Amino acid sequence: MTSPAPTDRVPPQLSAGPRPAPGPAADEGLARRLRALACTAPLHDLDTRKANLAGEYSVYGMAEVALAAIDLVTLNMDFDTGADHDQIVARLIPRIAAQAPQRPVAEHERVARWVLENLINVGSVDRGFRAVYGTFTTDGSYVRRDYDFKLIEEVPGPGGTVYLRTTDEAVNVLVGALDTDVTSAQIAAEVKLEVLINRGRLADAQLAAEQARYRTVQYSESLRRALDATRRNVRAVDWLNAVPDMIAEALDHVADRYRHENAILTNIRKARDETEDAEHKRRAAELVDIVKDCIRRHTQLQSRLLEAGPLFRAEQDRQAFATPLASSGIDLYGHLLAPALPLPLEQAVHVTDAFFARGTGLRTPVSVRVSDLVDILLTPPVEREHLGAEMPEPDLIATPDDSRFSEEQLAAATELLDLPADAPRRLSGLLAEARRRDPDLPYLVALLAVHAASPPVGTAYRQGEEKLLFAVDDGTELDDPEFGGADLIVGTALLDAAGMAADRTEAA
Amino acid sequence: MTEHVEWSEPDSGAAPPAAAPVTPADTADAARLVAFGLQPKLQPARDQEYAELLRRYREDPPFARLADAVATGLGLVVLEVSPRAGMAVTAAEDSVFAVRMGDYARRTSADGGDRFLHGLAHLAIAAMAFPRPEDLADDGYIGRVSVNGVDTFVRQACRRLEERAEQHGDNTDPATDAPGLEAAWRIWVRRSATGATKDARRLAGSTTGIVGKAAAFLTDSGFLQRTGDDNGGTYRTTSRYQLQVRDMAGSAAMAELLELGVVPVTDGTPTLLPAQDTDDLDLAADAGLPFHSSRS
Repeated sequence: MTSPAPTDRVPPQLSAGPRPAPGPAADEGLARRLRALACTAPLHDLDTRKANLAGEYSVYGMAEVALAAIDLVTLNMDFDTGADHDQIVARLIPRIAAQAPQRPVAEHERVARWVLENLINVGSVDRGFRAVYGTFTTDGSYVRRDYDFKLIEEVPGPGGTVYLRTTDEAVNVLVGALDTDVTSAQIAAEVKLEVLINRGRLADAQLAAEQARYRTVQYSESLRRALDATRRNVRAVDWLNAVPDMIAEALDHVADRYRHENAILTNIRKARDETEDAEHKRRAAELVDIVKDCIRRHTQLQSRLLEAGPLFRAEQDRQAFATPLASSGIDLYGHLLAPALPLPLEQAVHVTDAFFARGTGLRTPVSVRVSDLVDILLTPPVEREHLGAEMPEPDLIATPDDSRFSEEQLAAATELLDLPADAPRRLSGLLAEARRRDPDLPYLVALLAVHAASPPVGTAYRQGEEKLLFAVDDGTELDDPEFGGADLIVGTALLDAAGMAADRTEAA
Repeated sequence: MTEHVEWSEPDSGAAPPAAAPVTPADTADAARLVAFGLQPKLQPARDQEYAELLRRYREDPPFARLADAVATGLGLVVLEVSPRAGMAVTAAEDSVFAVRMGDYARRTSADGGDRFLHGLAHLAIAAMAFPRPEDLADDGYIGRVSVNGVDTFVRQACRRLEERAEQHGDNTDPATDAPGLEAAWRIWVRRSATGATKDARRLAGSTTGIVGKAAAFLTDSGFLQRTGDDNGGTYRTTSRYQLQVRDMAGSAAMAELLELGVVPVTDGTPTLLPAQDTDDLDLAADAGLPFHSSRS
């Protein structure tokens, strides 16, 4: 009873049954998901490969840093340029520092650069990634295919600089599933934001506002592309219907958003000023910044939109209304470039080779005589002047040192004012002590003390300093032979450097 | 008042003897003129002797035939002899003066992709410099290109193809074991546009690097003149470039394309449809933008 079924009956069953795998239509969804999945691979890869870095880097969440980097680049993408490389690194550092506060800043920066370089994939010639996946073709055979993608790409900016942009793949997969209709998605986000603010749910509101900003950026991007194409060739774009419609729509959109966001701004400002909760206040303040940024972007968009019409007319004059000449032969684009691009590589290369061979002109070949050759070979190599012309020795005139106080005096004064945090002193005492050391020193001490009456708190906060000199006037009069005024209390305040760093991170 | 040679001026003085025998001195002069032509950056207006020889070429048919013969013997093709372009000669096929792809850029022999990118860069610069057939035909036209502009323009064309493929539901990802079958536009799209380098120079392997190299090379050939540093370098075309593209490169590439049987095959696609239209304006209009018609 358990004997196996006769095998010779199996093949006919297979061939008669359905195909061994679902056809390409069913496969397409799978391929799409495989590609989406592939876009996340470089991020996972970062966490796997951090073990190979020289040093102990396991404390850092590389995927987190990478996602933050992609967010930062996306938010900083402007019309003309992308995000600045160094700026992104600088903005990443607080987050990385928060992951491992005890590590040196240089290491944090190294991590930021490593992550960014890996997202660009600097090592490969294409500066991109490749994933291999398989699909079934129409005839049921299995084909492995290469999927090439980029997450962050480098684009040329003004003046030869290089800027970063996130690719569509990165935005769609990693920033969020944003491949929906831009306009409607934006409206949805705005409505959501308004409702959230009305209900006082600011945490959610911030999230929604940020999403709205992503969409704004994306909207600007698609518009920028359309305008670029217009500039290139007026007929490349449908100026009869599509573009005027789009511009009208976009202008409406800007006007609408502008009104809307100003209303939101008023609302949040009210929320910010009225709320008692410090956390709410801070979030509302951040939200104000985000919405302001949105408004700025809309304004930018609007100015571009207004330029579009005159640009079209100027290009139209240039391109279309010129007297038609006795036309001749070849339209390089339509006849050559456009048909060559869709060809398979091995065919297209014939066309480009032919163009190259006839289109590059001529080079006069170098020829040498044997007698010259001997001379050439025996001539010592000329020093390459890669340093440029020699600089003339500058004629320096020693400027007299007219500083009021010397370096030593400053050091002495600083040492004198380096007070322990729990023991502030009166200015009179400090002046007397200074006078014993050096008759000139009291002037410097008095100057520093008066400066300390208005201490540079903001600078200290930004630079993350640990202590700060301050001076307070408690009404006591200064009794001193040389100086008059208030006998200030001079002391040192300890600052919470770690707390401030964390604060800065959140604010960023 | 000036020593400048005026071409429109009716020549009165030295009417050349029509049937004078060719002397070695004539041959030397003819060869000298060809030698001037071999220095493409030399402007006839700036060199008295060059201008004088050009004038002789135009007014003295036997001398012209002699100069042509010298050029042909050297493996050169005479494109035009005129005051604006000078003695415009270019290398014939397999001539010692011809530029070989292998000498032009490394990696091109081993890697079909790089070879294609370099060739496409040259084609794209020409297409950008002469966007419409009229521009190529109009002798007075001066095209302007920028390195970044060329890259953007190719990328835009590629993008349309990508969108079209998506609309058709085609999977353009190439099979792993057959890289030669990958659609050509994908090679350009895949390559990064630019890249940061340690010494702040342009990344040679990036597409702007490749276009920049082509532009610099064409400048050395006397085909482009650099006008500025904006957008990765801006250039304007010379009349020699127009001649070279119109009379040599365009038709050669076209023949290659026809040999591949491409033109009949693209019958159904919108790209070349306007080309079959007899109306000149329409041809100029739509041929310039192949992507547009896909929506109609």
